Amino acid sequence: MDMVQTEKLVFEYEKRDEEGNVTGTSRVIDKVDIDVKEGQFIAILGHNGSGKSTLAKHINAILVPSEGTMWVNGRNTSDPGELWNVRQSAGMVFQNPDNQIIGTVVEEDVGFGPENLGVPTDEIWQRVEESLKAVGMIEYRHHSPNKLSGGQKQRVAIAGVVAMEPKCIVLDEPTAMLDPVGRKEVLKTVQKLRQQKQVTVILITHYMEEVVDADKIYVMDHGHVVMEGTPREIFSRVDELKSYRLDVPQVTLLADELKKRGLKIRDGILRKEELVEALCQSN
Amino acid sequence: MIRDITIGQYYPAKSVVHRLDPRVKLMSTLLYLISLFLFKSISGYLIATLFLAAVIRISQVPFSFIVRGLKPVIMLLMITVVFNLFLTRSGEVLFHAWIFTITEGGLVTAVYMAVRLVYLIIGSSLMTFTTTPNELTDGIEALLHPLNKVHVPVHEVAMMMSIALRFIPILLEETDKIMKAQIARGADLESGNMIQRAKSMIPILVPLFVSAFRRANDLAMAMEARCYRGGEGRTKMKPLRYRTRDYMAYLVMIVYVVTVVGIGRYVPLHVWIF
Repeated sequence: MDMVQTEKLVFEYEKRDEEGNVTGTSRVIDKVDIDVKEGQFIAILGHNGSGKSTLAKHINAILVPSEGTMWVNGRNTSDPGELWNVRQSAGMVFQNPDNQIIGTVVEEDVGFGPENLGVPTDEIWQRVEESLKAVGMIEYRHHSPNKLSGGQKQRVAIAGVVAMEPKCIVLDEPTAMLDPVGRKEVLKTVQKLRQQKQVTVILITHYMEEVVDADKIYVMDHGHVVMEGTPREIFSRVDELKSYRLDVPQVTLLADELKKRGLKIRDGILRKEELVEALCQSN
Repeated sequence: MIRDITIGQYYPAKSVVHRLDPRVKLMSTLLYLISLFLFKSISGYLIATLFLAAVIRISQVPFSFIVRGLKPVIMLLMITVVFNLFLTRSGEVLFHAWIFTITEGGLVTAVYMAVRLVYLIIGSSLMTFTTTPNELTDGIEALLHPLNKVHVPVHEVAMMMSIALRFIPILLEETDKIMKAQIARGADLESGNMIQRAKSMIPILVPLFVSAFRRANDLAMAMEARCYRGGEGRTKMKPLRYRTRDYMAYLVMIVYVVTVVGIGRYVPLHVWIF
């Protein structure tokens, strides 16, 4: 079943002068078609200003398309009557961990979503406990979010989304403001959730290392989807990726350079172990 | 400096007072504050003192912690005392020099006023010491709920209060960061007179406001993304429920008010003094 599907999605910002008159439009997303199946792990890559975050906000109906359509879990996001259903089926985790935590205690923040959905009190407690366990933050349930590290805050934010029991989780650069330790923490949590709950995950990022395990990658540039395919397919086109100002994982880059110098190794090497194996076999 | 103020802070402990329903604490504090102005004799003050002392004892909040909370209001207290002392003129003249006259009535009023104000502050800060900010907003929301009928957005106001409380430490940290950043760029925040120092705060306040607005924008988006749509149809994770101890507390409060007003009214003013 299709979880997220877009058809010729266009989004334009209106440019206004000081008096508020529209002077023109700037097109941030231009005729994008994506298709995400239930249970998949999808990555959307792109440099700053490529339109990837704007696209993410469409999945949660924070923004609605200027032209074209977007379906989430079979519902049209442009239909105001479906707004809350869309938001419930696609949870969203944002970039800044401080600005998305509402509660003054961890468990209260996780309970915020279910409270809004009108879930009965007993079930809220159950959901809060389950989702805090799922992200490994249960021992911090009575703590203040202010005293947690960035990675821990992001995990709380993820728990807050999980407690709403969405079918799909959109993570909009969840690791951009974290240190390497926090980044690993968050990614591990996402992987664990995928295995436990079979949720669809859409990860928006510009760190290539994070997308190696994805089922499918979309690369965006200037509002267009410029590349799509499995990680292996994408990373075998090193020069093309570089032209979109994206960094290729070190191993892939090394393999590519070696190949250019005449070594016989295959394209699209994603992990250290693969390179080691390829090098051993090439002689 | 901001960190020294204990008024409005929470003092974690596991006393009965801490566990009371916030509505009970809010109502009781209000009743106590009103009761302070309903008696005139020293016997009334005695009962009010004993009652306050007993509550402090039960709450397990250390007395020194409470006293620290009084420091910032000492100036205000002194001003009221001085005004009452010199401006109230009744009874025998005790002291007279130039335009300053102290009368017996003035002295009594000044002392009583000071005691009342101190009790008022201790009484209300005791409530915040024993109630978490969240409970407090929940309590206020529940108590003001009837105002919904006259279209006061009670839930929204309570939500704003709890968000403000959550962001206080974040914005304090941010202020600190901006100050350091400006000092690193050569900003002089320490020297000069009051006006100069106030002016040098501008490069700190402007970025602080900009960032606060940006945070507000982000937070609003995050709340919407989590299906927040106002108070309607919302359930509570921690709903307020009255328990036996809460009814008991109400009973104690009623008994106290009746006693203090009853006794305090009918034992005459001058019996104990002079």
